[in-house]
Amino acid sequence: MTVDIAVIDYGMGNLHSVAKALEHVAKGARVAVTDDAKTILAAGRVVFPGQGAAPDCMREIDARGLREVVKQAASEKPFLGICMGLQVLFEHSDEGDTPCLGIFPGQVKRFVQARMTDAQGRRLKVPHMGWNNVRQPRPHPLWAGIPDGERFYFVHSYFVVPAQADLVAGYADYPAEFVCACARDNLFAVQFHPEKSASAGLRLLANFVSWNGKPA
Amino acid sequence: MALAKRIIPCLDVTAGRVVKGVNFVNLRDAGDPVEIARRYDDQGADELTFLDITASSDDRDLILHIIEAVAAQVFIPLTVGGGVRQPNDVLRLLNAGADKVSINTSAVTNPQLVKDCSARFGSQCIVVAIDAKQTVWGATPKWQVFTHGGRRATGLDAVEWGKKMQDLGAGEILLTSMDRDGAKIGFDLNLTRAFSDALDIPIIASGGVGNLQHLVDGVVKGGADAVLAASIFHFGEYTVEQAKQTMAEQGIEVRL
Repeated sequence: MTVDIAVIDYGMGNLHSVAKALEHVAKGARVAVTDDAKTILAAGRVVFPGQGAAPDCMREIDARGLREVVKQAASEKPFLGICMGLQVLFEHSDEGDTPCLGIFPGQVKRFVQARMTDAQGRRLKVPHMGWNNVRQPRPHPLWAGIPDGERFYFVHSYFVVPAQADLVAGYADYPAEFVCACARDNLFAVQFHPEKSASAGLRLLANFVSWNGKPA
Repeated sequence: MALAKRIIPCLDVTAGRVVKGVNFVNLRDAGDPVEIARRYDDQGADELTFLDITASSDDRDLILHIIEAVAAQVFIPLTVGGGVRQPNDVLRLLNAGADKVSINTSAVTNPQLVKDCSARFGSQCIVVAIDAKQTVWGATPKWQVFTHGGRRATGLDAVEWGKKMQDLGAGEILLTSMDRDGAKIGFDLNLTRAFSDALDIPIIASGGVGNLQHLVDGVVKGGADAVLAASIFHFGEYTVEQAKQTMAEQGIEVRL
């Protein structure tokens, strides 16, 4: 059976929340949490989530033979990366010195604890965990109806550094500015967790579910 | 524009029911878990914590149904703790829809569990809960770790224990003052400050909240990244929204 939305399951973390949130915003849609290449490539749209560490993610993607499947899906249909599903789209992660998928040019770096102080000089913790403001440097169909500066839920210790400025679709500050959303063609990927970001997150997922895969 | 300090209502669960009571006595059914969770979500709760206080291990699986039901309807982070002994317990809670699992007594009896679970599931979903009681007063106060709901002394220095848990991969510490728990006189701010200064991972302050100023103090004086409270929200004394307004008025970054 062809599914409307395939959530790629590569054994990294809790995909239940992502699937439930998609079902919540896409009433009646067929959502499958799957590692089956055929199901993923036949789906109308694909969500690429993930938690944990980059080396484990890449190892599991390869163990399940999903590297080329992810690349193909990312080249041809509406595709949403979440958290680790943003990071491993890049060329390389400093986490475990891990070569990644190389779909986006750029690197993944860690927050440097020594530089983590806020405006009052108080120490900021790593992981960056909680609700932070997301700036939208440009409009995108997935930002529709979401105010610029809206808060989303983050939990991560690494962040992406794209090699092309035109990939950037969102920024947050912790304490320095970092890129928390990237977009190109049919791809949109975010560092935060829309499935855990209450109404703003559900709106972003709803926008994805109705997105035609065009950047504007 | 900055990371917000979090407010986390805590719900007690026993034998599959959400209950409210004071210090584990006079427990009353608090109502439908999904409705309660949704109400807190509507009020702006940043996360929810479910604490399984079920005495009998036979009934402990019943919390899975609650988490499944809540996770299908409420889309904010959910933490579940109580009775977690092995990696499989963590796995089952995550599969039911928990985002984080809190480990308390078993972290003391088997610290390797924290290391194994954070390696397997990621630090982001492993919270270590520490129940601490003050044992040394004066200029260099000290606290000791207690387990089994605060009944059993471990001899472990709480701050050192917290650092060890961080090194083993804990993503966050849920820090409860046993001296203040249920007392409604505010957090143990020295304890909270000792942890927030010594550790690099986020600290959730717990135990002792009786009014909204206590939440402010936990953040401003204690340096907590998040504040957890139960009774002030359950018994309708304050809403989460009021708590956030009070914090915002005193210059704390919150999600409104």
